[in-house]
Amino acid sequence: MLYRENGQFKTSYQADQQIFPILQDKVVILAFLLFAFVAVPFLAPEYLFRAVLIPFLILSLAALGLNILVGYCGQISLGTGGFMAVGAYAAYNFLVRIDGMPIIGAILLGGACTTVVGVLFGIPSLRIKGLYLAVATLAAQFFSDWAFLRVKWFTNNSSSGSVSISGVDVFGWVVDTAAEKYLFCLGFLVVFALLAKNLVRSHIGREWMAMRDMDVAASVIGIRPVYAKLTAFAVSSFFVGVAGALWGFVYLGSWEPAAFNIDRSFQLLFIIIIGGLGSIMGSFFGAAFIVILPIVLDNVPGWFGIPIDTALASHLASMIFGALIVFFLIVEPHGLARLWSIAKEKLRLWPFPH
Amino acid sequence: MAIFLETLIGGLMSGMLYSLVALGIVLIFKASGVFNFAQGAMVLFAALAMARFAEWIPKWTGLQSQWLANVLALLLAMAVMIAVAWLIERLVLGKLVNQEGITLLMATLGVTYFMDGFGQTVFGSDIYKIDIGMPKEPMFLLDKIFPGGLLVNQEDLVAAVVATALVAVLAAFFQYTGTGRALRAVADDHQAAQSIGIPLKRIWVIVWSVSGFVALVAGIIWGSKLGVQFSLSLVALKALPVVILGGFTSVPGAIIGGLIIGVGEKLSEVFVGPYFGGGIEIWFAYVLALFFLLVRPQGLFGEKIIDRV
Repeated sequence: MLYRENGQFKTSYQADQQIFPILQDKVVILAFLLFAFVAVPFLAPEYLFRAVLIPFLILSLAALGLNILVGYCGQISLGTGGFMAVGAYAAYNFLVRIDGMPIIGAILLGGACTTVVGVLFGIPSLRIKGLYLAVATLAAQFFSDWAFLRVKWFTNNSSSGSVSISGVDVFGWVVDTAAEKYLFCLGFLVVFALLAKNLVRSHIGREWMAMRDMDVAASVIGIRPVYAKLTAFAVSSFFVGVAGALWGFVYLGSWEPAAFNIDRSFQLLFIIIIGGLGSIMGSFFGAAFIVILPIVLDNVPGWFGIPIDTALASHLASMIFGALIVFFLIVEPHGLARLWSIAKEKLRLWPFPH
Repeated sequence: MAIFLETLIGGLMSGMLYSLVALGIVLIFKASGVFNFAQGAMVLFAALAMARFAEWIPKWTGLQSQWLANVLALLLAMAVMIAVAWLIERLVLGKLVNQEGITLLMATLGVTYFMDGFGQTVFGSDIYKIDIGMPKEPMFLLDKIFPGGLLVNQEDLVAAVVATALVAVLAAFFQYTGTGRALRAVADDHQAAQSIGIPLKRIWVIVWSVSGFVALVAGIIWGSKLGVQFSLSLVALKALPVVILGGFTSVPGAIIGGLIIGVGEKLSEVFVGPYFGGGIEIWFAYVLALFFLLVRPQGLFGEKIIDRV
C-alpha cells in the first residue's frame, strides 16, 4: 500500500539510472543511514558494538570485495584471509615506518598493496578457472600465513610475532571508544558500498558479469578477459585489503597471522553464499547472519536453562553453517538477498494483487 | 646421504597418506564430476567413528578381545560411511544435478563443515587413538652401508603395504567386476551410461561409499600413527595440490602426485627451508601446484581440458 511506484515518472536518463529509483526506497535508506550514524552511537550498549556491530561492518566490507570477485566475476577465491592479512600488515608497516603517516592514508595504502598482491595471484586466472583457481588462491593464503609468521621485517621485528597499534588517530580525532570505532568503520563501509554499487552497474561491472556467465562467449563479443579478470581481482583485493587493515587496526588492535587464517577465507565465502552471490545487499545480510548466529547459539540455550559448553556450541555453529550452505545452494542459490527482493516484489502488490 | 634417504622415506610415507586422500577425491570426480572437498572431513569422520566404536564396543557388550572389537568397529564405521554416502547423494548431490562445478564444490564445502561439526558433536573432540596392533618399534636398515643405519618405522612399512594392497584391490574392482565396469562407463560419459540402463544414482552411492572406504583406511593409518584429531580434516587441503599435480581424472596420477608432494615438501623443508627461515612445508605444495598449473593445467596424467562454447 505504501510501497509502490505509481505516479513516479522518470523524465530524464539521470532519473532512470538512479541507484534507488523509487522514492520510498530513498526515504527508507536515508532514514536508515541517519539512524545508523546518529542514533546508534548513543543508543547501543558497549557489548553490542564490540561483539556485533564492528565485526559486522568490517566483514561486510570484506564480503563486498569478495562478492565482486566471486559473485560478479565468477572467479572463486579461497585466499581472502591471506589478502586481508596483506592489507593489515602493509597498513601497519606504512604507519610504523613512515613518520606522520595519517591512519586513513595507511589503510588505503594497505589496500593498494593488497591490490598488487591480488593481481599477482590473479594472473593464473587467465589460464585456469574454477577449482584450479581455488588452488592458486589457496597458495596465496598459505604463503601469506607463512610470510607474516616467519619474515620478521613485516612485523617490524617484534619478538612475539604479534603486532599492535597504539591508537587510531584520525587527524586529531582519537578513535578509542567503541562508538567512535563503529562510526569510523561505518564511514568506510558507506563509501565503499557506494563505490561497489556504482562499479557493478557500470560497463566494467557488466564485463565482469559477462565473464562470469560464459568467458569464451564474452571474449568473442569483444570483452578482454585479461582486463576484466584482473580488474575484478584488483578491485576485490583493494576492498579486502582495506577490510583487513580495519580488522587489525580497529577491531583487534593487536594481532597475529592466525587472525587471518584459512578459516577467515571460508567464513567470507560462506557470507557471500548465504547472503547472495552477485548482490551488494547480500554481502550485508550474509555478514549479519554469520556474526549473529554464533552469539545466538551461545546464549539461547542458556535462556531455556540448557547449559551448553562453548566447544559444543562451536560444533553446532559449524554444522548449521554447513547445512545452510547446502540448503541455500539447493533451494535459493541467490541467497538471502533474493528473499529480500522477493519480499519487496510482493510488497509492491500488497494488499491488492493486481 | 643417510639424512637424505631418511627424509626421502619420511616424505614417501606422508605422501602416501596424501595419495590416499587424493585417491578418494579422484574416484568421485571421475564418476560424478564433483570435486569432493569433503574428503578430508570424511577421513576425520571415519577415523573418529573407528576410534570411538573400538572404545565403546567393549563397554556396550562386555567384549574382552580387543581384536574382535576392532573388527566390529571397522565394520560399523564402514556402515556409517555407506550411510553418509547415501545421505550425501540423497540430500545434496541428487538435488544439484547439472549444476556448475563451482556450485558443487561449494556444496561439498558445506558438507565439510557439517561433517566436521557433526562428527565432533557425536564422537567428541579430543584426541583419540586407534590401536589396531601396528608394530611401533623403529628399525634400522642398511646399517652395513651407513654408520648407524637408516631409521625406519615398521608402522610406516605396514601402512605402505596396506595402501598398496588397497590400490590393487580397487584396480581389480574397477577392472573385473560388473559394478566396476559400470563405474568406468559413468566416468566416461554420464548420458551414454544412463541411456544403456546404468542407474546413475546407485552408481554415485557406490562410488561415494568406495571413497568412504578409502577415507576409512587413510583415517586408520593416520590415526594409529598420530592420533585422531581435528587436524586430520585439514589434510584435504593438501590433497588439492596433489590432484592438480596428478590430474583430476587419473588414479595413478593421484598416487604419484601424492608421493611427489610428500617427498618434495619434506626434502625442501630439510634442504631448502633453512634459507627461508623454515616452515616452508605449509606452502610448498600449493606453490608447486601453482607453477604446475601455469605450465600444464591438466596435470601429469589428466585428460586435456577442451573448452567449447
